[in-house]
Amino acid sequence: MKFIYDLHRTMMSQKLILVYQGDFTQESTKSILSMAERNLDSSGEESSIKRKVFNVMVEALQNIVKHSDELVEGQMRSHAAIFLIGKEANRYSIMSGNPIRKENVSKLQAALERINGLEKEGLKDLYKEIIKNTTISEKGGAGLGFVDMARKSGEKLEFEFPEMSAEYCFFCLKVNVPRDSE
Amino acid sequence: MEILNLEGTEDTPKIILDKKNGIFEISGRSLPEDSAEFYRPVLEWIAKYGAEPHPATEFVFKLEYFNTASSKLILDVLSALEDIKGMRIVWYFHEDDEDMEEAGQEFSELVEIPFEFKTY
Repeated sequence: MKFIYDLHRTMMSQKLILVYQGDFTQESTKSILSMAERNLDSSGEESSIKRKVFNVMVEALQNIVKHSDELVEGQMRSHAAIFLIGKEANRYSIMSGNPIRKENVSKLQAALERINGLEKEGLKDLYKEIIKNTTISEKGGAGLGFVDMARKSGEKLEFEFPEMSAEYCFFCLKVNVPRDSE
Repeated sequence: MEILNLEGTEDTPKIILDKKNGIFEISGRSLPEDSAEFYRPVLEWIAKYGAEPHPATEFVFKLEYFNTASSKLILDVLSALEDIKGMRIVWYFHEDDEDMEEAGQEFSELVEIPFEFKTY
């Protein structure tokens, strides 16, 4: 059972305060949010930072839920996802990982690179453009959530797509929310 | 006209739309699983109200948090209100919540309705 200790050590060394793997639904999203909220409250975190972390968490979690209605290697895609929160002295990191079909990687990567190429004003314009011109049924294709995460964090989105199998990559996303600035 | 009264929950806002008493308010948190479904009755109510509105209406948004899926629906609500004569929006934000203040300003740039900003 050494893996328990190893996992514990990894969480300590990576400064992870929450790791969730399992079923991603609106119900689990609410539970994870309230757990994280309690954690932020008990640590006396500043309310503006708390709100930003909450914001990014919601978008990251709902992204996973939204893309969950598909089987990956016999499992629901939402079951094959992971969500983590890290807390360091100068920042929180909200991280997620979920399978993505290889043919969809380039489109997502291009959307994320476009967002990372923009500064504050450009992100604001992109947000307004998307909100005006899309309908809610266009499932996540618009990437409004990513724009919002970039705006709330004030930093570049970090992402990677390691290969899982012939069909899938694992979309890893890390969004940092600085703690000292405001 | 019947009153639309929805109790707030941890992921849906409190909504009161009461023509008789002149109360029009959306407050709290909005991160429903299906934002289009959640806001449908609100949009339907506004469409009916728009047929016979008061000469002046003050519509209050007092949101603590909303997700991006809700932001599209909030814009839909504002667009529906835009067509009603005598409409005014009062946008509340917590005094240290710059993001909510900015969100209100952005909405005000997207529709042609007078906005008033207040802190709580």
